[in-house]
Amino acid sequence: MNIVVCIKQVPDTFEVKIDPETKRIVREGVESIINPYDNYAIEEAVRLKERFGGTVTAISMGPPQAEKALRDAIAMGVDDGVLLCDMKFAGSDTLATSYILSCGIKKIGNFDVIVCGRETLDGSTGQVGPEIAHHLNIPYVTYVSKIKNISSGVMECVRLMEDHYEELKVHLPVLITVVKEINQPRIPSLKGMLKAKKAQINIWKSDNIEGEISSYGQDGSPTRVVDVWTEHMKKEGRKVEGETDKLVEELATELKKLGVL
Amino acid sequence: MAIRIIYEKCTLCRQCIDVCPFGAIEIKDDKLFINENCNLCGLCVKTCPEDALIKEEKTISAVDISQYKGIWFFAESRDGKLCPVALEMLNAALKLKKDLGEEVAGVLIGNNVKCLADELKTRGADRVYVIDDPLLEHFKEEPYAIAMAQLITKHKPNIVIAAATMMGRAFIPSVAARIKTGLTADCTDVSIDPETKLLVQTRPTFGGNLMARIICKNHRPQMATIRPKMFDEVPEIEDSPLEIILEQFNKNDLQDRVILLGKEKIENIIDLQEAEVIVSGGRGVKEPKNFAMIKELADLLGGAVGASRAAVDSGWIPYPHQVGQTGKTVKPKIYIACGISGAIQHLAGMQTSDYIIAINKDPDAPIFRVANLGIVGDIFEVIPALIKRIKENKKC
Ligand SMILES: Cc1cc2nc3c(=O)[nH]c(=O)nc-3n(C[C@H](O)[C@H](O)[C@H](O)COP(=O)(O)OP(=O)(O)OC[C@H]3O[C@@H](n4cnc5c(N)ncnc54)[C@H](O)[C@@H]3O)c2cc1C
Ligand SMILES: Nc1ncnc2c1ncn2[C@@H]1O[C@H](COP(=O)(O)O)[C@@H](O)[C@H]1O
Repeated sequence: MNIVVCIKQVPDTFEVKIDPETKRIVREGVESIINPYDNYAIEEAVRLKERFGGTVTAISMGPPQAEKALRDAIAMGVDDGVLLCDMKFAGSDTLATSYILSCGIKKIGNFDVIVCGRETLDGSTGQVGPEIAHHLNIPYVTYVSKIKNISSGVMECVRLMEDHYEELKVHLPVLITVVKEINQPRIPSLKGMLKAKKAQINIWKSDNIEGEISSYGQDGSPTRVVDVWTEHMKKEGRKVEGETDKLVEELATELKKLGVL
Repeated sequence: MAIRIIYEKCTLCRQCIDVCPFGAIEIKDDKLFINENCNLCGLCVKTCPEDALIKEEKTISAVDISQYKGIWFFAESRDGKLCPVALEMLNAALKLKKDLGEEVAGVLIGNNVKCLADELKTRGADRVYVIDDPLLEHFKEEPYAIAMAQLITKHKPNIVIAAATMMGRAFIPSVAARIKTGLTADCTDVSIDPETKLLVQTRPTFGGNLMARIICKNHRPQMATIRPKMFDEVPEIEDSPLEIILEQFNKNDLQDRVILLGKEKIENIIDLQEAEVIVSGGRGVKEPKNFAMIKELADLLGGAVGASRAAVDSGWIPYPHQVGQTGKTVKPKIYIACGISGAIQHLAGMQTSDYIIAINKDPDAPIFRVANLGIVGDIFEVIPALIKRIKENKKC
């Protein structure tokens, strides 16, 4: 079985701080990591290989340094890495990103299962997976929390919705997006890390894939960011300090005023 | 299409490098250089003191945009009931109508959902399109996306909005890809630009650290999913005429490659989004058993229990309780944050609450910036004392 996993390298926004004075983002010391949700996608792809045999290819669109994310994926058990990297891809929104990734996946070819994360840390749209499925004209299932079985070209899986689980059957090839309930990503083994170090990452530029150039990058992106800012939080409330008794008094009075006591 | 650098003006002052959230600007061979990380957000253009950076735009007209008229909202329904978020979306659509002057139409998709159209009658929508078909009985991405895309192709709306619920986020991207138009996910606000009449879509980005305004200029419809609880449910109004239009579901395009085998309700699901009072615990709660105290306070106030991601990730309380960017968006009358620092991703889920109380022992905790009442104190002292006092009060 051929499995493709889509991963993105993102800045570790957990670590990002806003300078309260300048309202600017402090990037210093912020590392680039594999999008945390994509670790579940990598783990599931590797588990599928372990259960049903086959190979796993990780694909990413991003700048040259995203090669590191692909190596980290190989350390977790992925076989090959493909980086789609070209200035022509810069400024892609989800429609263009998904199109470029779908061209890359077509070139990898022969895929049975494509695994995506639920969403990215930086973009957090959750749109890229479903849009890739459209470009490849294959079915997709979002929020998969368990893959029960794959046999005779059919996958049985469970997905998580707001208030219920659904059990579904779907014909391969299929794209799934996974939620974190699905597994616990492994820590790379020493052997995996050695393999990752030596691995050859395939770098594909725009002329290595077959797609419409006008659908890449900003030209292929219907949406435009027109403004970006850091939120200035307003402080209109009051802060009380002191002995517990006083604090409780304040709370009780306020809750009474609000009509819940 | 890119950020262009006017080298003659650039003084290599590095301000753009500092401000760029994406690390996309470098100095190479004593020259400014913009790399593949560039998201074209334009922060550098705004920052450059020398006007040495310009955002270049090429206009490509994808469709004849003048043909596209009307503001649509997806009227989400589940298990034969109209979801409250549908009324929030209608409210957002009516707000847009005020500034754009185009008619508002709802879209109902499902099996036997026609009767739900009546619930939109007294709410100010002009029209509702209904696609009723046994194949649409259960939500599945492909049939729903095809049904919606067919309607859009036929009637050419200018704007389409849907709630960023799990359902909306699951199938709307496929609709946008089918139509080949832009889609902005998870907006916290939408409005109409007074000059261009374009839909301005506001959303958090970069892990919630930044806010962005996004437009879709040359493609139609302009599509967005909107976070629940960003708009109130639209109130009932005096009888407003509603045109109900039944549409056929053209199954020719449908391959229906996903089969539903069964559904299992999640028991004891907490309805955080409907609660009027929420008492939330964070890492400050320290241990799973201490959530009993949070629960007791919530019960006394007739409310529900929420949590920060730190508490959920520590396994102290299950995920359905999580409030924030990757949890629920809530807007209760009273939100009480206990031992929660107020990270931007947590604030994203609760800062529009009517009244916010924060209890935290760190006087500099960012949560105090959004709190109406900030209590600087130890939750293990304040909460038990408060519980005691409420109980005594109830006795007399
Ligand atoms: C993409 C992304 C999505 C995220 N989504 C969410 C989300 O949906 N929801 C969410 O909540 N977070 C989310 N986070 C995580 C968020 O960044 C924070 O890490 C998290 O909210 C912190 O939780 P906390 O406030 O409980 O813990 P901490 O930040 O550790 O704060 C604990 C607070 O408790 C106080 N405290 C400790 N002991 C006591 C005591 N005895 N009495 C009183 N106060 C005490 C401390 O002073 C401190 O302020 C997300 C992060 C990212 C990057
Ligand atoms: N540039 C990218 N390269 C590879 N995969 C991506 C990229 N962007 C998004 N994805 C995949 O799509 C998922 C959803 O991303 P997003 O729509 O940005 O929230 C991610 O979890 C990844 O699996």
